[in-house]
Amino acid sequence: MTPVHAMASLLAVDPVPWARSQMAFTLATHIILVPLGVAWAFMTLVANHRAIRRSDPDALRLAQRWSKVMAVTFAVGAVTGTVLTFEFGLLWPNFMGRFGGAFGVPFAIEGIFFFLEAIFISIYIYGWRRLRPWPHFWTGVPIVITGLGGTFAVVSANAWMNQPSGYTLDSAGKVVAVDPWGVIFNKATPYETIHMLVAAYLVGGFMIASVYAVALLRGRTDHYHRLGFLIPFTVATIAAPVQFMVGDWAARSVSLDQPVKFAAIELVPTTASDVPETLFGYLNAQGQVTGGIPIPGLASFLTGYSTSTVIQGLNIVPADKEPSIAEVNLVHYCWDIMVGIGSLFVLLSLWYGLTWWRRRDIPKTRWFLRIAAVSGVAAVIALESGWVITEVGRQPWIVYFVMTVTQAATNNSGVWVTFVVIMGVYAAVIAGTVLVLRAMAQRWRRGDETESEVPYGPRDLVAAAAEDPVTR
Amino acid sequence: MNSARAAAVILFAAITLYAVFGGADFGAGFWDLVAGGAERGARPRALAEHAIAPVWEANHVWLIFALVILWTAFPTAFASITLTLFVPLSLAAIGIVLRGSGFAFRKVTLRTSRRRLLGATFAFSSVIVPFSMGTIAGAIASGRVPNGGQAGDTWSSWVNPTSLLGGVLAVAACAYLASVYLVADAHRLDDPELESYFRRRAVGTAVVAGAVALVGIFVLRNDATYLYDQLTSQALPLVVVSALAGLAALALVLRGVHRYARFAAAVAVATVILGWGVAQWPYILPQSLTVEDAAAPSGTLNALFAVFGIAAVTVVPSLILLYVLDQRTVLDPEASQH
Ligand code: HDD
Ligand code: HEM
Ligand code: HEM
Repeated sequence: MTPVHAMASLLAVDPVPWARSQMAFTLATHIILVPLGVAWAFMTLVANHRAIRRSDPDALRLAQRWSKVMAVTFAVGAVTGTVLTFEFGLLWPNFMGRFGGAFGVPFAIEGIFFFLEAIFISIYIYGWRRLRPWPHFWTGVPIVITGLGGTFAVVSANAWMNQPSGYTLDSAGKVVAVDPWGVIFNKATPYETIHMLVAAYLVGGFMIASVYAVALLRGRTDHYHRLGFLIPFTVATIAAPVQFMVGDWAARSVSLDQPVKFAAIELVPTTASDVPETLFGYLNAQGQVTGGIPIPGLASFLTGYSTSTVIQGLNIVPADKEPSIAEVNLVHYCWDIMVGIGSLFVLLSLWYGLTWWRRRDIPKTRWFLRIAAVSGVAAVIALESGWVITEVGRQPWIVYFVMTVTQAATNNSGVWVTFVVIMGVYAAVIAGTVLVLRAMAQRWRRGDETESEVPYGPRDLVAAAAEDPVTR
Repeated sequence: MNSARAAAVILFAAITLYAVFGGADFGAGFWDLVAGGAERGARPRALAEHAIAPVWEANHVWLIFALVILWTAFPTAFASITLTLFVPLSLAAIGIVLRGSGFAFRKVTLRTSRRRLLGATFAFSSVIVPFSMGTIAGAIASGRVPNGGQAGDTWSSWVNPTSLLGGVLAVAACAYLASVYLVADAHRLDDPELESYFRRRAVGTAVVAGAVALVGIFVLRNDATYLYDQLTSQALPLVVVSALAGLAALALVLRGVHRYARFAAAVAVATVILGWGVAQWPYILPQSLTVEDAAAPSGTLNALFAVFGIAAVTVVPSLILLYVLDQRTVLDPEASQH
């Protein structure tokens, strides 16, 4: 082998694992920004409403600042989302080539929502000084609606991968007819979209509240910080019990629609009744359930309200059509994490709700604020776990029982290069986002604020010229 | 017109809007890049930033639209393009992340050293992205992306005379568009010094873009005969309009008729894109895949038309509202909430 050939074969790496990793990494990053883009506008409007109704200057300040931070996170969400659009083609060209006509429809709809969202965020920020209070408030409402619509559209595309419908194949496997409604409203759409929308409010609420919880812990207990905590925390604690019920509905639907994924979730190698709920167990190399804490009959009971409910096992399909053992274990761990965090959130909601009901105040103990301070991170972990369940639990399929991930992938051997580069670039983008947000917070604490400091904000040439060291 | 053709028209309309609006954005980044040191370049930079700030994100949604229409309406063409042109597409995607975040962060950052780093990232990627896009257009137009999976070569498909022409032309056109827009902006803000600064640059880039286009004719004659033949026959009217509009824009800029200069410059660039589309008609991938053969089933196309209609009636009025607000003066503090 010549050195050139050696080099070439060293570089000719199997693209599939790299493509999977790149997709997972970029999606996992993007999804953190999504709850902020979707839910923050709503909380900003709550503050805005209060500011006008009660002439509350602290609420006004919150609303103004939140709208500016939202612009930064929206901008980062937009660029990371653009990368995803490219990746569909770069990483999964055969999937797009075959199913683009069906899978693409919800994305076309999403396009309108994102466009309008971007425009109205701008309008809202401009409006602070250019519109009267109530008309200005109303220009914020489209941001909330487009956020909901955009999320619905993207997640229905994802639901289609889990429950493909609305298309006809000819004998060669080519898509010859598409029914757009059938694509958008596939069987998984109702539970997946609602679960994600509630998640957006839950995660967004806890993320923002946790920042103010830290401030309260540090002794900044004025009205401004309390309000900054109460608005998002209340939204999140209303979302938490709702999410619990929606998740239950999702789980039951998955047990019917996607039995293999459900078997991985509940760690069921062979079809059986009286299936225990195994907390943190795993499948060993022989595919047997090992370790963990089994709660007898609970999985069966939760699925069909009776311990004699039969749950289909992984064995209903041949080994090459189900997730690998490592994937099953990952799905099951993520399941325990998501449901565990979700259940803790329900308890947290109860605690907060009862205290508020009795005393019109948050619980007095510092432990409450400490827990609230970590709720943001916990919510993000739950969100990521949920997506891992959905995506890894579908393996080896990209389109459930229609096309595998390997068939879909590109054969460009350079994917590992783009993976490495993207990791570096995203690390910089994440670090940049954190630094910039901290800088904004510090500046506000010092009390200097201009409206031109944000990406979508008005242009302030006078300020720019004033900064200019060269006199005119 | 049948629906496959209508979808192709919408696709090219989206690409054209991206070129005209997004292109000016990239161009503003180009002027940022070449504006010189932090002190000397401060004012042109501030103007360039000022000009793109309100709509910089919305401008780039046209790209998302174009990609989504391409993959939804012409999925097989999309697959062939992404398989063959993996490298320049990856460059463009990474450039877009760096550009967008560089710009957004710079706007929020006040410290000069950080602003400089972020600004450089923004400006440099503002050149890389249109260059990559231009090479992609050149690759497709010259028939180097054949239908059928990874049929074209990973490297020579986009490193070739036509692609390089496309890349250079794209950067030149962006810089040209932006400078014409910025002359008008400087004029509106009553800044004669910056106005003449960008006027000189508008004239310079107009000459450069024109020269590149002229050289391009010879490049295409040798490197992409099909494209050349079509450009000199069915697409000839558009080529002529483009040249005339470019000359008109030049004359208008020199005479200080800004509003029309802007319009003429946009027409000059738009007709290049449309000329490309007409020249490769009826192919979506020249000489191996026609628009008709690549089109998705009619259900998909009808959904796209519906989306397009909804976009027209919702997005346009909201953009107008934004522009109106942008021109409107700040309310007096009594009435506003500040
Ligand atoms: C903060 C977020 C959060 C919380 C607290 C929960 N989930 Fe969840 N879950 C998600 C966030 C999430 C998600 C948004 O990440 C997913 C991924 C895809 C989706 O539709 O929602 C998800 C997926 C997902 C799925 C897979 C759906 C599919 O693949 O089609 C099931 C079965 C559940 N969840 C069930 C639950 C249950 C029973 C919960 C009880 C507490 C729960 N989730 C709490
Ligand atoms: C694989 C999938 C995804 C793709 C291809 C994608 C694509 C995009 C694109 C292109 C943008 C930028 C739009 C613009 O320029 O204005 C964006 C932003 C956004 N995406 Fe995604 N996205 C994906 C996953 C998701 C998911 C799962 C959600 C929600 C659940 C979501 C919600 C959003 C939202 C709300 C924004 C606006 C930015 C923000 O609010 O932070 N996306 N996405
Ligand atoms: C609407 C949104 C989404 C769409 C359309 C989508 C689409 C895809 C596609 C096409 C793949 C590659 C094929 C496959 O492995 O099945 C994939 C893989 C993956 N995605 Fe998603 N995704 C979405 C949201 C997310 C989110 C938010 C996450 C966050 C963690 C995520 C995590 C993953 C992971 C971990 C993989 C790799 C799975 C594996 O190969 O084992 N996805 N996704």
